[in-house]
Amino acid sequence: MQPFTQLTGIAAPLPVANVDTDKIIPARFLKTLTRTGLGKSLFDGLRYDADGKERPDFVLNQEPYRKAEILIALDNFGCGSSREHAPWALGDFGIRCVIAPSFADIFYNNCFKNGLLPVALPREVCEQLMEETKLGSNARVTVDLERQVVVRANGEEIAFDVDAGRRHALLNGLDEIAETLTHDAGISTFETNRAKAEPWRTAVSL
Amino acid sequence: MTSEKTTGAPRTLYEKIWDAHMVEPLASGAALLYIDRHLVHEVTSPQAFDGLRVNGRKVRRPDATLAVPDHNVPTANRDQEIVDPESRLQVATLVENVAAFGVPFIPLNDVRQGIVHVIGPEQGASLPGMTIVCGDSHTATHGALGALAFGIGTSEVEHVLATQTLVQAPSKTMRVTVNGELGLGVSAKDLALYIIGQIGAGGGTAHVIEYAGEAVTSLSMAGRMTLCNMAIESGARAGLVAPDDTTFDYIKGRPMAPKGEDFDAAVAYWRTLPTEAGAVFDKEVVLDAADIAPMITWGTSPDAVIPVTGLVPDPSDLTDDAIRANHQRMLDYMALSPGALIGTPVDVVFVGSCTNSRIEDIRDVALIAKGRKVADGVRAMVVPGSGLVKLQAEAEGLDKVLLEAGFEWRDPGCSMCLGMNEDKLKPGQRCVSTSNRNFEGRQGPGGRTHLASPAMAAAAAVTGRIVDCREFA
Repeated sequence: MQPFTQLTGIAAPLPVANVDTDKIIPARFLKTLTRTGLGKSLFDGLRYDADGKERPDFVLNQEPYRKAEILIALDNFGCGSSREHAPWALGDFGIRCVIAPSFADIFYNNCFKNGLLPVALPREVCEQLMEETKLGSNARVTVDLERQVVVRANGEEIAFDVDAGRRHALLNGLDEIAETLTHDAGISTFETNRAKAEPWRTAVSL
Repeated sequence: MTSEKTTGAPRTLYEKIWDAHMVEPLASGAALLYIDRHLVHEVTSPQAFDGLRVNGRKVRRPDATLAVPDHNVPTANRDQEIVDPESRLQVATLVENVAAFGVPFIPLNDVRQGIVHVIGPEQGASLPGMTIVCGDSHTATHGALGALAFGIGTSEVEHVLATQTLVQAPSKTMRVTVNGELGLGVSAKDLALYIIGQIGAGGGTAHVIEYAGEAVTSLSMAGRMTLCNMAIESGARAGLVAPDDTTFDYIKGRPMAPKGEDFDAAVAYWRTLPTEAGAVFDKEVVLDAADIAPMITWGTSPDAVIPVTGLVPDPSDLTDDAIRANHQRMLDYMALSPGALIGTPVDVVFVGSCTNSRIEDIRDVALIAKGRKVADGVRAMVVPGSGLVKLQAEAEGLDKVLLEAGFEWRDPGCSMCLGMNEDKLKPGQRCVSTSNRNFEGRQGPGGRTHLASPAMAAAAAVTGRIVDCREFA
């Protein structure tokens, strides 16, 4: 996984609550067999009209936000489906960080598996940051995972919380499966003990 | 990490399941949680199997894994090749992957095929006290059996395939108690929608919800599945109902359930699972069933819901700018104005999805369809949740009732719940749907979804309008 340490980039405002996973990437684009190539379909319903033309009023169709690496939105971002295609689409577009007052659990978790950092900050801070993005290409926001701060355009630092384990994995781009496999003996012991204590447990059989 | 209550303090159902599956605490503060059942479908698994291949890893426990195609499959003409090339390839890829990795598989033309969350309980693969995961957020459905069941992304699908565990931090706990009895014509779906309306689409975030109270314990297993299915629509990772005799009667005799003395031993264990008196939840919500009418959503978030006899709220009553703008956007998308929703004409009625496609749901529809006709200009489709549900309905003659009334009677799959196959709304079409999400474009680009119960859907089909199903009681 691509590590995330520090990012300075253009932030795009999306002042919408409950940005659901069908908005982020509609189900008809989930027929892919790979993790890549979904960026062009990110926010399809908001970004394109019925003929597939760009809607000029949508933020990611405007300069300088076409090159946004940070997205700022309102509460409950990523609600809905467990589809990891949502962070894949964001990442493929070039967004590496989403800032919002709150996130849906599964989306939040999926971000950390894909080198994306979700940052939860109070709503008034998110609204303030969105206001500042109107400064255009000069409004760069820095997100520093090592120091756990978001740095505003004026240099002010805003601290954010992140789980220590997730932070460590993201900073180092760790392969979680390889980490878990170091516990293989413990998993086998658990399985053996339980099979002895609860022999009634059944296997999947067709 | 063990839960903080392992030292003899009363524990909740969730805490008991957590403690029983803790393999090892991790330095990060999370824990390695053992997974008993892993359900796999065609949409969220191809990248996971690829990851195993790239790293030379195997599926650790094929005997704990069950795969079935459901999201992307056609619901008609099953004797022919899948028309859409991408869908065909995705289903074919699942077939290849399960063969290469030795995963038990129910193929498309097997009578047991169906929506993964319908067939898990139906086959007895989902049992009380288990941890159950699937690359699908509606995995919460299996919580109806008293299992800890939740949706995961594809990276975690790969993690479970390779290790049979997940790295998890304990959730907060919430108990939603609904006292009293549901009224005539008020179903588990109305209960689910009412609860979401009360706590909000993000109200359950970071929590596992245990549903309790007379209105919940008196539900059938199908009703409990409908209720737990929509736990995710309030943001909760999982929903739970304590296992009881209704649960055990449902499980007994199912193909993968324990048999004979094993079943008795299992039941003895399952009876130890319910939340103990005095156990403390992080949050308690208490509701009264008498307050619940048949519900219907008006907006593009499942918490934008009202009783069918209620009024679509007026955004000008809202003081918060962002919330008001959101509300107005929902009205614009849905082409609605504040005021009564009842009487609004509909174009399509969809009965199906992991929320409402079980035999009980189809009986509810047939009861209203019997002797009536689908209104002119309305397309009404019924998509059973599994091949076995379809067979059961046909054995009861429900297919004939529905076909005579003018409903389509289709083959099992996720269908118009998410419009991955050809079952889609056209732009601007208004649909009363028994599914779980009313997001913009969910049932097809530009489609307008009103979530409701099977009885409400049937009533809309035969009148061509949003009406109160109690008129047909």
